Amino acid sequence: MPWIRKDLISIEELTEDEILTVFNTAEAFKKILTRKTAKTPVLRGKTVVNLFFENSTRTRVAFEMAAKKLSADVMSLDMKTSSASKGETLRDTVENIRALAADMIVIRHSAPGSAAYIANVLDIPVLNAGDGAHEHPTQALLDCYTLHEKFGSLKGLKIAILGDILYSRVARSNIWAMNKLGAEVTLVGPATLVPREFERMGVTVSHDLKSALADKDAVMLLRIQHERQNASAFPSLNEYTRMFGLNKTRLSWLNKNAVIMHPGPINRGVEIDSELADSSQSVILEQVTNGLATRMAALYLCSGGSADALIES
Amino acid sequence: MSQITHIKGGRLIDPQSERDEVTDLFIRDGAIVDRPSNADLEKATVIDASGLVVAPGLVDLHVHFRVPGQTHKETILTGTTAAAAGGFTSVVCMPNTSPPADTAGTIQYIKDAVKREAIMNVFPTGCITVGMDGERLAPTGSLRNAGAVAISDGGKCVQDNGLMRRAVEYAHMFDLPVIDHCEDYSLSASGVMNEGATSTKLGLRGAPTEAEDLMVSRNVILSAKTGARIHLQHVTSKNAIDIIRRAKSRGVNITAEATPHHMCFSDTAIEGFDTNFKMNPPLRGEKDRIAILDALADGAIDCIATGHAPHTDYEKDVEFDYAPFGVIGLETALGATLTELFHSNRLSLPDTLSLLTNRPSDAIRLGKGTLEIGSDADIVIIDPDIEWAPTADGFQSKSANSPWIGRTLKGRALKTIVAGKLVYELNDS
Repeated sequence: MPWIRKDLISIEELTEDEILTVFNTAEAFKKILTRKTAKTPVLRGKTVVNLFFENSTRTRVAFEMAAKKLSADVMSLDMKTSSASKGETLRDTVENIRALAADMIVIRHSAPGSAAYIANVLDIPVLNAGDGAHEHPTQALLDCYTLHEKFGSLKGLKIAILGDILYSRVARSNIWAMNKLGAEVTLVGPATLVPREFERMGVTVSHDLKSALADKDAVMLLRIQHERQNASAFPSLNEYTRMFGLNKTRLSWLNKNAVIMHPGPINRGVEIDSELADSSQSVILEQVTNGLATRMAALYLCSGGSADALIES
Repeated sequence: MSQITHIKGGRLIDPQSERDEVTDLFIRDGAIVDRPSNADLEKATVIDASGLVVAPGLVDLHVHFRVPGQTHKETILTGTTAAAAGGFTSVVCMPNTSPPADTAGTIQYIKDAVKREAIMNVFPTGCITVGMDGERLAPTGSLRNAGAVAISDGGKCVQDNGLMRRAVEYAHMFDLPVIDHCEDYSLSASGVMNEGATSTKLGLRGAPTEAEDLMVSRNVILSAKTGARIHLQHVTSKNAIDIIRRAKSRGVNITAEATPHHMCFSDTAIEGFDTNFKMNPPLRGEKDRIAILDALADGAIDCIATGHAPHTDYEKDVEFDYAPFGVIGLETALGATLTELFHSNRLSLPDTLSLLTNRPSDAIRLGKGTLEIGSDADIVIIDPDIEWAPTADGFQSKSANSPWIGRTLKGRALKTIVAGKLVYELNDS
């Protein structure tokens, strides 16, 4: 199925077929990445601008690396120290960057809806690298692609997402993606961070770790995002670890071959025991590697590239 | 020689006097009068209202005209022109200006601007607390003497219950109503929309209805204790409405308003992150919206007020989180109300118009909103069946932050008359 979108703003708006198109494209790029010259000229002459209004290392580097592997020129702007702090509006900022002949924009911003907003303002492709607690589509694509590789398909998979769901764009994008791909999703964590309203998105909400982890094929851990919490949502990190941290005993509640996922950055000893993060069941570093291929796919497809052409080459 | 106007052949609806009949209406020197002599009538200006509704000019208890200090958003001239285009003839201005109207001098400044620019009755209000900071009482008596018809902290809510008790007790001494925006800040936190399924999905910070419920309860309790008149602004929550309904049945001296936007939209309207749907209190769930319509029908909510809150396009054209709260409403209120309450068969036309005329006036005793003989000739001539779609460049207001742009409304003011003078006529060419 051809990709006709200019932008990648949310998983909510994608179809299952579109998600699978990204997977197929990512697979082709993954092969290219294993070549001696792990680079392809498909975006040669194009300029990708990363606009990061919020801190990020992993996502920014992954997008930079992806653009470079596609032979694009890439620049990353730290917007916290830029015009925004001088009172310029987001519209003016992005229109100026467009006027400097940018061909694609990758944006991370603390305000939900900001990526959709600039996609509407600009005629060039816009990729959402996280808009507040709303969506982080490339993260969900890489997460689900990792599961897709491991299990062949997400159909019928039982997945638990554990931790700070309320403030998590990763959780929201994954809920959309996993549901569209046929998985069953259970959200688990303290009631203050996993409100019942999430059930309306087609998931099970649980505050009981043992029953929530039972029979799951995968558990995705989310970091406690101190920076997004307006008020204390639970007593302490220590208590969180005691109630909801993943340890060896709790790992045994999952299916035997279950995988442990984490979008990073990991807080070792808080949401996960350090040794589990490095265990054979952990796919955390595979996620990172797949993040490169899926972002190459996203940049390529939004630039107008054809998945079929790439796979045939 | 006196000026006489003869409004001919319209369906005259005056909810106050329970009149609803096809008849003529006469104005002499700015007041409603009995039929003048035939000799006088020969000299009268005639307005043909056949096939149209003739009603009292509409009354709005809640507008922000941004004077002093924020005239890039609205002025007394543009605000009253917008009000006239919406069929209003009397408006009550909130005091959250820059500086806030917390001194007699600022009230006088507003009155001077009104005298220069207004094309209708504009009633200023003063602040409850100095600088609307919720810490010290503003000079209530001086504000009243300067012309404030009520006190309010505008879009803010006094959080200190002890201070609020003193404020309403003190204002009650002057029989001055206290108008409150009901919001407990510790619950609403920094919410930018209603807390619920939609905020959860969009990742926007939610403000729960309980933030309103708590302060509505607080005000009911304080009014019951002190006997003070407290008017509750833009009520949006089903639970809050239940609290108000029960309080009224016990005879507590409270009144309440609802806005057209809370009547017509629910929080799912925010799915496109359109900042013209961002206001405080926020659009609520569908259950709450229906509760508002029911409350307007059974009297638990007394009246409709627009909360007209103009902001420029460049202020609203930003990320949803950063956009200011508020939407304009003067020019769409009549159409929205007729569409949602009358054309939907919820209420009769007289009962619908009552919510925009005598009932808001009665809530804070403005003495407006009626066509009884001897009253000021503040009149609106309405075509209740005309369909129209507001456009961004079609507003008389200085701002265009309206959630109704592109939507069809049924019903519109054709002519607005203030004290016998035609101040607005729809030019539909």
